[in-house]
Amino acid sequence: MSVVDGKEPSVKELRIIGFLCNWCSYGGADTAGVSRFSQPTDLRIIRVPCSGRVTPLFVVKALMSGADGVLVSGCHPRDCHYSEGNLYARRRLEVLKRFLPTLGIEPERFEYIWVSASEGERWQTSVTAFTERIHALGPSPAVKVNRYDARLVAGGL
Amino acid sequence: MRIGVFVCHCGTNIAGTVDCAAVAAAAQQFPEVVLAVDTPYACSEPGQRAIIEAIEQKGLNGVVVASCTPRMHEATFRRTVERAGLNRYMFEMANIREHVSWVGRDKKLNTFKATDLVRIAVEKLRYNRPLTAKSFAVNKRVLVIGAGVAGIQAALDCADGGLETIVVERTSTVGGKMAKLDKTFPTVDCSVCVLGPKMVDLAQHRKIKLYAMSEIADLSGYVGNFEVSIRRKATYVDWNKCTGCGLCADKCPSRKAPDHFNELVGRTTAISIPFPQAIPKKASIDASSCLHFLKDRCGVCAKVCPVEAIDFEQQDEVVKESVGAVVVATGFDLLDIRRFGQYGGGRFPDVVTSLQYERMLSASGPTGGHLKCPSDGREPKSVVFISCVGSRDRSMDRAICSGFCCMYTAKQAILTKSHVPDCETHVFYMDIRAPGKGYDEFIRRAQEEYRTNYVRGRVSSVYPKNGRLAVRGADTLLGTQTEVMADLVVLAVGAGAAEGSRDLAEKLRISYDAYGFFMESHPKLKPVETNTAGVFLAGACQGPKDIPASVAMGSAAAGKVMALFSKERLESDPQVAQVNAVRCVGCLKCLRTCPFGAIQEVQARDGSTKAQVIESVCQGCGVCTVTCTDRAIELQHFTDNQLLAEVNYLCRSWMEKSPA
Ligand SMILES: Cc1cc2nc3c(=O)[nH]c(=O)nc-3n(C[C@H](O)[C@H](O)[C@H](O)COP(=O)(O)OP(=O)(O)OC[C@H]3O[C@@H](n4cnc5c(N)ncnc54)[C@H](O)[C@@H]3O)c2cc1C
Ligand code: SF4
Repeated sequence: MSVVDGKEPSVKELRIIGFLCNWCSYGGADTAGVSRFSQPTDLRIIRVPCSGRVTPLFVVKALMSGADGVLVSGCHPRDCHYSEGNLYARRRLEVLKRFLPTLGIEPERFEYIWVSASEGERWQTSVTAFTERIHALGPSPAVKVNRYDARLVAGGL
Repeated sequence: MRIGVFVCHCGTNIAGTVDCAAVAAAAQQFPEVVLAVDTPYACSEPGQRAIIEAIEQKGLNGVVVASCTPRMHEATFRRTVERAGLNRYMFEMANIREHVSWVGRDKKLNTFKATDLVRIAVEKLRYNRPLTAKSFAVNKRVLVIGAGVAGIQAALDCADGGLETIVVERTSTVGGKMAKLDKTFPTVDCSVCVLGPKMVDLAQHRKIKLYAMSEIADLSGYVGNFEVSIRRKATYVDWNKCTGCGLCADKCPSRKAPDHFNELVGRTTAISIPFPQAIPKKASIDASSCLHFLKDRCGVCAKVCPVEAIDFEQQDEVVKESVGAVVVATGFDLLDIRRFGQYGGGRFPDVVTSLQYERMLSASGPTGGHLKCPSDGREPKSVVFISCVGSRDRSMDRAICSGFCCMYTAKQAILTKSHVPDCETHVFYMDIRAPGKGYDEFIRRAQEEYRTNYVRGRVSSVYPKNGRLAVRGADTLLGTQTEVMADLVVLAVGAGAAEGSRDLAEKLRISYDAYGFFMESHPKLKPVETNTAGVFLAGACQGPKDIPASVAMGSAAAGKVMALFSKERLESDPQVAQVNAVRCVGCLKCLRTCPFGAIQEVQARDGSTKAQVIESVCQGCGVCTVTCTDRAIELQHFTDNQLLAEVNYLCRSWMEKSPA
């Protein structure tokens, strides 16, 4: 479904979804933008109030139904707008990461990081590194295998 | 739904690297979209009018604007749609500037990405519901944390504006760094002479309650209704009785206590009043030097005190206050001089910090204003100033310019000459930063009128030589190495965040930058606000700032507080959690998880336990929604359905695209 003059884009993009907390990382991505720190274009950002709002099942669902990589980014520990939301995120996402292989998902396709609103440069390097990592892994095999399951997961959520 | 999509060019900011017309054309095909257009500047007056007209003419009940970051203009456009009669939450933004046009180089890929972002905004909007804010009363009292010149100014302005003002200062006196300075640039007038009257005003103002020797133990609540716990540290002197006569300090036999007010230049007594103009002028005991506490003897002060104010049994005490807004003005601290061993910092007594030098110059300082080398008390005949110590130094991970050092170094060079006219003065500098009013002229005076030798270059080392100090460095203008002999070396040590800033930030739920300085809400347009509503910043706690700028920011923060308090009631953010009582099984995991205590246990009519959200306390983080295994608690405006709509679309579109 290409939108520009019916042709596929010139570089093959992979499918990367980012969940960014509004106060720190979304701001950090903005700071990177304001500073014109160029980045690969694959990532699509979904804004959430806090990394603690990210349900691990969002990540699983994304990875099982077609995403090649998922990145969650929140405030640094101790610097959370909501006191400790990111600490909950850290615990949940750490467990999730260990659990991914059980679902047949390469854990490298998922990462969580901390980027503050002032860290435009850190955002740029993080996105670039993560995108490169996903490209090195290539398209997710889960798409073909789990297509049916993905629907199930979607239904169950 | 009838959704309208407006794709902003932002001049060439977006249109330069995104084909906005193509994005709009694609959006026209999205479900429930009845109108999609591109517009040169969506936020401009005509841009907003076009949105309003479209809502009215096309009967839109949802709007997506694809433009800059929502952190910039979400509030603007919410007001726009509201003017046209829509609920402000029936609006979504796609950030195609900061996250697309400014960071991606390939126009095609950018356009593709922008289209996706518009699409997920549409997908989310389809699940949006109108939300209405509730209003609540405002407690029109303000808390000022830190009483340097910035905090003093903020407190006085608030109090003059009629607000009850609570001031919490960590040390035993207000005044901050300015009270320690001898003279101030660019006028070279006596620092405490201009600050003193303000300190007295603060102490005497009917509307101001001052807690010195106190710190914030805890802060809870939200804009308009904060609860603050203040820890009053034990001073072992009953301040209600102490008259500040100073008899105790005269008689105290323990005379080797560290003198913090004098930046550890010289010593003081275990019981002391920091300086003659201290506010409040009350004695306090430094337990780590007091013979009573160390050896269980002495007690002289208790015997001589005419009003029996000494109380060795005193304990820290926690008091509570309620306020509606907070001004943070905790200033800065110089980096530890011992980090600069290459310049002799912490190794040679005749290498001092700039702030120590201020105390050495001050007539009320430990040397009575006579310049003396700390090592042997001789009068210096050559003083070398080194600027940018720990500033603009990438090797230390400190790219930051401390802002005021160039200026105070020039001031100190001038003052050196007025103390010891035949003293040589040398300044090693990288660049001279003097952009303020009358500042560059001031530097010239130091160079020309006071014949200060400015050497452009970094110092490599300071080492003892023939009973003096040799300062070795580059002279980049001459392209040579140079060595200057000094009796005294003054380091313009870089400014860092005040000690304990990170802990305070955590309590206030505000952010700080890589150096620990508190983050403003927007670097240009909201320099005084933080991301936590009702918490404002003033002075050097936000970044190094000289006195005029700190004072201006103190007044600005006070202005913000008064604007906030000009309303009788505030509107609460309706983006809060909500319990679906039918689904709730009463496990109360959410209650235990909520960082704000915003969930309470209630009994349903059938006697079963349910969770309930206290809307005015909920901050809208959504941590509870993830905890709930029954999906019984949802964060309004960020529900699972809304977020999954975005995820679903992104995955689906890619599945369609993928070769399979
Ligand atoms: C050597 C030197 C010379 C200078 N000379 C000049 C000059 O000539 N002219 C000029 O314009 N500027 C000068 N400056 C800059 C000037 O010092 C600052 O602009 C000014 O002090 C900033 O005021 P402030 O109130 O923001 O911070 P501060 O003066 O640092 O005051 C902060 C106050 O907050 C208190 N505090 C800190 N943390 C807490 C906490 N957690 N809880 C409660 N209280 C807390 C501190 O005890 C302090 O009283 C000089 C600076 C230095 C280092
Ligand atoms: S008890 Fe003695 S040492 Fe301690 S403050 Fe009093 S006089 Fe000084």
